[in-house]
Amino acid sequence: MAARVASYTAGLALALLLTAASFLVSKSGLIWAPGVPVGLAVLAVAQMGVHLVFFLRMSTGPDNVNNALALAFGVLIVTLVVAGTLWIMTHLNANMMPARALMEMSR
Amino acid sequence: MNAAAPTADPAAATGGSGPASVAITVAYGFWIFLLSDIIMFSAMFASYAVLTPRIAGGPGPRELFELRPAGIETLCLLFSSFTCGLGVLAVEHRRMRMFFICFALTFVLGAAFLALELSEFSRLLAAGAGPARSAFLSAFFSLVGLHGVHIAAGLLWLTFNVAQIAVNGPLEFVIRRLGCFGLFWHALDIVWVGILTLVYLMGAR
Repeated sequence: MAARVASYTAGLALALLLTAASFLVSKSGLIWAPGVPVGLAVLAVAQMGVHLVFFLRMSTGPDNVNNALALAFGVLIVTLVVAGTLWIMTHLNANMMPARALMEMSR
Repeated sequence: MNAAAPTADPAAATGGSGPASVAITVAYGFWIFLLSDIIMFSAMFASYAVLTPRIAGGPGPRELFELRPAGIETLCLLFSSFTCGLGVLAVEHRRMRMFFICFALTFVLGAAFLALELSEFSRLLAAGAGPARSAFLSAFFSLVGLHGVHIAAGLLWLTFNVAQIAVNGPLEFVIRRLGCFGLFWHALDIVWVGILTLVYLMGAR
């Protein structure tokens, strides 16, 4: 029981720290401005990792192999959905003819 | 080991220590559900990210979002995740007083989160920035609203199971359901980290 209380407390402390860091990065000019989104994304991924390990208590132990494999598959699908959507939509935007030019062509 | 009937020994049949316990298989099945839920959220995140610049001449994220309430919401959810974990631990060890205190705190913090979110929604609606205003706002209301609906469902679930334990005592299957609720609540906190970062911190800059 004490081990799990310690895990939750450590998770809470780390999550508070990472949240405070995120707010600091977004509010202050601590980081070079164009790098802020990357910094925020890194902090968010780190905090998700903290939640998984300390709150959901994911591990690579023998009784946790199935859970870890399912998580790996979930992360793969989420990455494909998000990165794939952004990639395709950015290219569509770049390659599409502006609406006005399209209308003049159809005249 | 009995050589005449080797398959009678579950350890020999599975190559391990026999079939997993109900607690482990239920948690695994619920974990699969949570991952599918997170995949649904990922589609919402992707569409929000794509539609953020499509404000149709209306207000954008910088004018609409305030960081202070979002920060308070984050703290509410984080602390309710913490008390929820402690509450599940307490009921597994039959510490009933600590269990009720922890889950009361979880409920209050979750309800406070929901109240803050609803007040933000009504502020946006009053400012004429409803979901019909632009593609950006449609994406915002569906992403954040979906998370809010999950929180509301979680509060119902929590109330129901805690009432069951208050009336019938710590039954094994109700404790198992509370364990699943804990996983659900922690997963919602993970989704909120994504919303806070993508919608509020990147938006309000």
